[in-house]
Order: sequence, then C-alpha cells, then structure tokens
Amino acid sequence: MKPEVEMKLQNKTSAPKWQFIYWRRAILYLWPSILLFSVFLFYPLLKTFYLSFFLTDQQGMANVFVGLENYQYIIQSESFHKSIRATLIFVLLTVPTSVIISLFLALIANEKLKGIGFFRTLFASTMGISVAASAVVWLFIFHPSMGLFNQLINTLGGSEIEWLLDPQWALLSISITTIWMNIGFTFLILLGGLQNIDEHLYESARINGAGYFYQLRRITLPMLSPTLFFVITVSLINAFQTFGQVDILTQGGPSESTNLIVYSIYREAFVNYQFGTASAQSIFLFLCILIVTILQFRFGERKVHYQ
Amino acid sequence: MYAVELDRVTKSFEANTPVVNHVSVKVEPGEFFVLVGPSGCGKSTLLRMIAGLESISNGSIYIDHQQANFLPPSKRNLSMVFQNYALYPHLSVEDNITFGLDVQKIKKYERKKRCSETADLLGLTDYLKRKPRHLSGGQRQRVALARAIASQTPICLMDEPLSNLDAKLRAYMRSEIRKLQRKLQMTMIYVTHDQIEAMTMGDRMMVINEGEIQQIGNPIDVYNAPSNTFVAHFIGSPPMNITPGLVQDQHIVIGNQLQIPIHMFKEDIQKQTSVLMGIRPEFISHQNVQEIGAQSLMVTIDHVEILGTETLLSFEWNETTWHAKWYGQWNVKVGDQVPVYFDHTAWCVFDQNTKSLLQGPSKKNDQQMKVGTV
Ligand SMILES: Nc1ncnc2c1ncn2[C@@H]1O[C@H](COP(=O)(O)OP(=O)(O)O)[C@@H](O)[C@H]1O
Ligand SMILES: [Mg+2]
Repeated sequence: MKPEVEMKLQNKTSAPKWQFIYWRRAILYLWPSILLFSVFLFYPLLKTFYLSFFLTDQQGMANVFVGLENYQYIIQSESFHKSIRATLIFVLLTVPTSVIISLFLALIANEKLKGIGFFRTLFASTMGISVAASAVVWLFIFHPSMGLFNQLINTLGGSEIEWLLDPQWALLSISITTIWMNIGFTFLILLGGLQNIDEHLYESARINGAGYFYQLRRITLPMLSPTLFFVITVSLINAFQTFGQVDILTQGGPSESTNLIVYSIYREAFVNYQFGTASAQSIFLFLCILIVTILQFRFGERKVHYQ
Repeated sequence: MYAVELDRVTKSFEANTPVVNHVSVKVEPGEFFVLVGPSGCGKSTLLRMIAGLESISNGSIYIDHQQANFLPPSKRNLSMVFQNYALYPHLSVEDNITFGLDVQKIKKYERKKRCSETADLLGLTDYLKRKPRHLSGGQRQRVALARAIASQTPICLMDEPLSNLDAKLRAYMRSEIRKLQRKLQMTMIYVTHDQIEAMTMGDRMMVINEGEIQQIGNPIDVYNAPSNTFVAHFIGSPPMNITPGLVQDQHIVIGNQLQIPIHMFKEDIQKQTSVLMGIRPEFISHQNVQEIGAQSLMVTIDHVEILGTETLLSFEWNETTWHAKWYGQWNVKVGDQVPVYFDHTAWCVFDQNTKSLLQGPSKKNDQQMKVGTV
C-alpha cells in the first residue's frame, strides 16, 4: 500500500512542476518570434493606440491627453472622407481586376503547349520587381508627352490624357499600376493551385462529354476556391495598405484624389507632424482591415471547398 | 453490346521509341477482356487510346465496327474507371454518380432513378450525401464503379481499379465486378498488373510486355501453354520453373540428371542441340527415396512456406531457383534433403534463342480437366 500512496503524492506534486518545465521550454523556442513581433508589431500597435488619444509635439512625443478628440476630428475631416472614398474605389478597382486577369492568365498558362514555360516566367515576372522600380517604369509610361499611352492615343488620333495630373484619371492610373504589380504574385499562386488539380478529373469529365466551360464551372473553380480565397484575402489587405506607388507617382494629388489612407497617414504624421490624428487614422484602418477579413472568413469561407 | 477492334495500333511519345507497338486484337461484344503486363509496359497508354484520351500514332481503332481514331472520348460510348478513382472531391457521392448524366442533360427524374438504382446495386445508398473524403477506400472504389455504371454505356474500361485496396477487399471486388459485368452485359476491357486478376476475371486475356503482345487467349490456355518464357514467368505464382536442357540422342537431359525421353517431343525439337525446359511448380512432387529414377533427384530445400492448403518449397539446382507446390501441409524443414519427382508429361519446351514455345505439355489438360469436370 505504502509505495502506491507515495507514488500518487509524487504525481500530484510533480504535475505543475512538469508543466512549468514544458512552458519554459516552449518559451525558449518561441522567444525569437516573440521578440521580433514585439519590436516590430506589438509595441508599435500599442504605441499607436496610446498616441491616438494625445496631441503630440514635433518629435512625436505625447503632450496633451485629448481623449477621443482625434477620432472626432478625423471623422469630421473632409480630407479624411475623401481619402476613405478613394481607398474604397481603389480596392474595388484593383482586387477583382487583378484576380480575374491573373486567373485568366493562369488558365492559359496551365495548358500544355510548347514554350509555355516562357510565358509562365513572363507572367510571374512582375513579382520580382520592387514597388519603387515598377512605379518609376509606369511614371514613364504615363508621361504626358513622351509616355507610351499618350503616344498610342496620338497615333490613333485621340486627344492626350493627363494621366497623373487629372483628378479624374489619377486614381485609375494608380490602379492600373497596382494591378500590373499584383498580377505576378496572384498569377503564380493561382497557377500553383491549378496544377494541383488532378488531371484525371478532367479526363473523366471529357469521357462524359463535358466541354471546356462546363469543366471550368464544375471542376476548376470549385477545386481552386481555397486558392482564390487566399489570393483575394491577401490582395484585399495589400490594397488597403498601398503606399509606394502613390508616393512615387502622385504624392496623393492631384487635389487629394489619390490620397489613399496609408498615404494620408504618412502625410499627417511626417509632413504635418500630427502624430495623434495619424495614429487615430491608423487605428481606424486597422479596424477596417480586421472587419473586412473577419467578414470574408465568415461568409467567403463557406463557399470554399478544402480537400 | 459493342465490339472493340484494334488494328496495328502503335503509340510513340518520342520518335522511334514505341510504347505500344503494332497491337492488333478484337474484343468481342460482351466479353470480359483483360490486359495484363508488368508496370510500364504500356497498358494504360493502350487503354487511354481506346478511350480517346491519348492520340494514336499509327493504326486504327474500331468501336462497334466504326473507325474511332478521331472520335472524341464522349462519342465512343464508353465509361472509364481510373486507378485513383478520379472522384470529384467537392461533390457528394450522389453528384459524383450523376455528373455524367448532368453533362448529357438527362432529365432530373431519370437521373434520380439511375442514381438510386446503381447506389442500390453497389450498396452505396446510405452514403449518397457524403463527400468522397469521408468514405473508406473500398467505398470510394464503389463510387467510381457506380459512376461508370450509371452512364449505362455498352463499353467499360478499367485501369487497375483494385490496386489501391487491401487483399481481402480486392478478392471480394474481383467477383463483384465480374458479376456486374455479366449482369449488365458490358464489353469490359480491364487493365491490371496482377496475374491473379487476369486469371480469375477474364474471358480472355492479353499479356503485354514492352508494348508488344505476348499472348492472347483464355486464361487456362495461357497458363498451361505460355507462348514464351516471359508469359511463363509472368502468369502463375510461383512462376514456371525454366532451366536449360541438352538435346541428346534418346533424351533431353537436364543438369546431367533428369532424362526425358526424346520421342515425347516434336521432330524439330529433336534437331536442336539445346533448349529451355519449363515446368509448373505443381508438377514437381514428392517421391519415395527407393523410387528415385531418371525423372527424380535429391534436392536440398532452402525455403518453405506453408499456406494451409499447400506447401511452397524452393531449392537450387542446375543454376536455377526451383519452386515446387505440394498439396497439403508438409513437415519439411529448410536444409532437408528431399527426393522430388518431375512429371515428364508436364514439360514445356522453349527455343533457346527466341524464347518462344516449341511444344506445350504433352500431358495436355485432359487429366487436369478430368479432375475438374463435374
Ligand atoms: N505522357 C507521356 N509522355 C511520355 N512518356 C509516357 C507518357 N505516358 C506514358 N509514358 C511512358 O510510356 C510507358 C508506358 O506507360 P503506361 O502505359 O502508363 O504503363 P503501364 O500502365 O503499363 O504501367 C512508360 O515507360 C511511360 O514512361
Ligand atoms: Mg498504368
């Protein structure tokens, strides 16, 4: 009897001790990412949240606690409304278009044709170009007199367009640039998804007499849905966070027509030195992306078929 | 019921390296025809050409006496079961079964009816709403069969449909598929690498190696008189024992010990100097020590497998590994010296150079058939 009792006692006392050791070990493995996340993610997030309740000085130090005034200010600000509207239009212009064009290219590039490898590389190549480099390329393409687009319009006999200087066209120009830059990544992921689909499914459908579009609708798209879902989620988040191409092509102008929300935050903080309102905008953006992503997972994922 | 006829069908993926070479055969209407051969011999390629999934480099295919070389797969009146089943993972069992019927815009009422009939036939009624990933391997296999059957095509092609199942289920499905084929009177072309499936399922079988036909015939004939040493090795388990023999005046001598009277063989064999001699394991039997003669010898057993109804023995002799199959459970141990008798009427003779059959067993099947005739 006695040893058994002792064993039980030992077990009882040693359980928390073991848990502690496991916990310590887990932390040991986790600390590099915890450190990185803390420095670059958690700390800035908390600091931003903190700053959004203050007025700040030129160095960005919190000066006066103002409560929710920063939020009130941006909600009433005409310029912020414009920024939100521009961002929403931009998202609606770029995300569906990039995904549809990439899907189309991926479907073509997935066919077994001679020399298809060349086109696969070509279509994916924009992924390898930095935002700055591609924006500069597009700066030339949009150039009012020497740019490719206007020269094309000239030869066709149309009237030139001030792509980046006309408030009506500037957001569209930014969108075109962004779509072009998105295609590389989106295309590559979708192509990967397509190549994962078992060839025999199509063969079986062919024996049944299913045509190309029937196969596309009943096999390819459902089988590709997880990949499409991923690509749409990532593109949406990226679209909300667009900055580089705006900075290089238009600096938010003309008349704030391309002042997308991240660019607006940047200007508020580093041009106007209003770190408080910039922080409030950041928190607003954070909540927007959070809500969109939650909605997407809530409603989009139902239609997704996972293997 | 449709016939399928191949006329010198050839397929090369790369120039001058045919994967299927000059295959000509006629599959009769309602026949269960088995294509059997080792992996990579071109069975799937041949089947896919019949299905229209692969183009034909040379030759012709006739389906129901119509040339079908350029017909799209859907116009060939056939269904196909793939090795990995090719079920649509995002569709329920029911939708998988009716997929082909949807494509052909068959009325909803008819679709439902056919689906429930085939589900009934294959015992899938309880699983119709499930997705394939929630089914066991055997159930998935049945869904694939159901999908082929629901389309009610006169020809059915199957590419190693049982190779992903465990042994017990495979044995069960062998007879199920055969029964279905009989009941529905389909013309079946069935690809397998498993010689047991070929032996047990087919009305006729065609043995292929490296894209070339080795032999076509009903399973018993192929087993008894394989047309060359490849077929002799491939069909039957354990395989036929094949060893060199020397032709002398009065006898064919094997390993200086066995002497088979020459008069048992055709004249052109008597003219040869050396041949390959083959004998099935079941014709090597146990003998009493006192009776050792020209048809028997002492061997040292180096492997024993007792299978319950039979005992498999192997031994080395004349630079060949020999297999013997004895009926019953024998108390033989590895290392035992055992006298064995080679039934002299059961020998097959193959040409030394071409490896093709010169003469089948003189025993013929008569004696075996007598045993087996009721
Ligand atoms: N699409 C293809 N391209 C090139 N070679 C192929 C192709 N399909 C099959 N082969 C070759 O053809 C041979 C026969 O293949 P297959 O018909 O699949 O054999 P089996 O089904 O008898 O195992 C193999 O050597 C294989 O490498
Ligand atoms: Mg195969």
